[in-house]
Amino acid sequence: MALAKRIIPCLDIKDGTTVKGTNFVNLREAGDPVELGKQYSEQGADELVYLDITASHEGRKTFTALVERIAREINIPFTVGGGINELADVERMLMAGADKVSINSAALRRPELIDEIARHFGSQVCVVAIDAREEEDKWTCYLNGGRIPTDRDLFDWAHEANERGAGEILFTSMNHDGVKQGFANDALRQLSDTLSIPVIASGGAGRREHFLDVFTEGHADAALAASVFHFGEIPIPELKQYLSNNGIEIRL
Amino acid sequence: MKCKYDMNVAIVKYNAGNIRSVVNAVRRLGVEPVLTDDADMLRTADRVIFPGQGEAGTTMAYLRQHGLDSVIKSLTQPVLGICIGMQLLCRHSEEGDTDCLGVFDAKVKRFCPTETLRLKVPQMGWNTFEPVGEHAKWLGEEGYAYFIHSYYVPLCDDTAAATEYGIRYSSALQRDNFYATQFHPEKSGSVGETILRNWLAHS
Repeated sequence: MALAKRIIPCLDIKDGTTVKGTNFVNLREAGDPVELGKQYSEQGADELVYLDITASHEGRKTFTALVERIAREINIPFTVGGGINELADVERMLMAGADKVSINSAALRRPELIDEIARHFGSQVCVVAIDAREEEDKWTCYLNGGRIPTDRDLFDWAHEANERGAGEILFTSMNHDGVKQGFANDALRQLSDTLSIPVIASGGAGRREHFLDVFTEGHADAALAASVFHFGEIPIPELKQYLSNNGIEIRL
Repeated sequence: MKCKYDMNVAIVKYNAGNIRSVVNAVRRLGVEPVLTDDADMLRTADRVIFPGQGEAGTTMAYLRQHGLDSVIKSLTQPVLGICIGMQLLCRHSEEGDTDCLGVFDAKVKRFCPTETLRLKVPQMGWNTFEPVGEHAKWLGEEGYAYFIHSYYVPLCDDTAAATEYGIRYSSALQRDNFYATQFHPEKSGSVGETILRNWLAHS
């Protein structure tokens, strides 16, 4: 027995409700992020990620209240992200009961934020999310949800984040995201084999074989997906059984 | 599924992280815990949970400053240490070369990856624990639990469960009225809930 590979559904939250539709049945309140999270947890999800895509100040307050509810009711670890720009935001999320926070653009703009989070709250709460696109054999990091390119190279930035005290790297390949043709396994393998912290793969899940590949070829420690879970295209219990049957260490 | 016990559960309040999630987990079992650093409240509680995430040196220094070190050591009711709580109940930790409470006669060590043994540190995620010996009844059967830690307790006389991560180490301990898990039962789904419920009902 060994440490299991993790399957992580990601829920986008706007103004306190889940944005993407789902075809789960028997939900008391469709779209309620807490009910959805519970459903995923009961199906065997290993962790949850809640991303706040609200823009308004009011929406942010709603999200904090939601995090408190999630923490009261969900009995597996969960990460929150979106709109976390400074240490005070991190503290608010942890006080509300989040296990980890995911930071993205704020860390690229001011990398010291990683050191501060690690020092104040420990590396284990600090997930550094990186959106990157491959162009002419070079992986470039992007800001603001993939809208603004930077001059940072994916691998350089991931290593810097690791050294500064990140607890995990959540890498989303913009080339693969939404295409449903599999994860960016070559880049993932290079990250996972050279970093000393776990790597969460994101972007590209379309079929259950893609999850097998991301663990065997991409050497990922965890795989994150949204729509294939939300729309029931890949039921989590079936996915985990399939991975286990194919020799992947999985919590069943 | 809820505990029916009208019991007084105290959770040690100190400068470690993630204490809130233990409060939430105990509440989910139908027991309203008290979060406190008051010596009398800790001494008179039916059960005491010593949870947390954090660094051994700074958390131990805080406990000493607030006189909680001698209080915790002298408790006679069932006490459950979780994660850093378990490590602080040991004799010494390599983390910050820290002398700890010494309830368990064990030395906490750091996971040590090598060329041949590639390990990511911290260990983060779900791993299996295997109950060991007579004093493991409160742990139920072998199962998956959620771990986050860079330091570990080697196998010892007090080992109640073993887990493998590069080496085989203690994922739970038990001696007299002291119980401890390296993993987080409060974050380990239904398996963790069962362990917490067993422990509350046990002894």
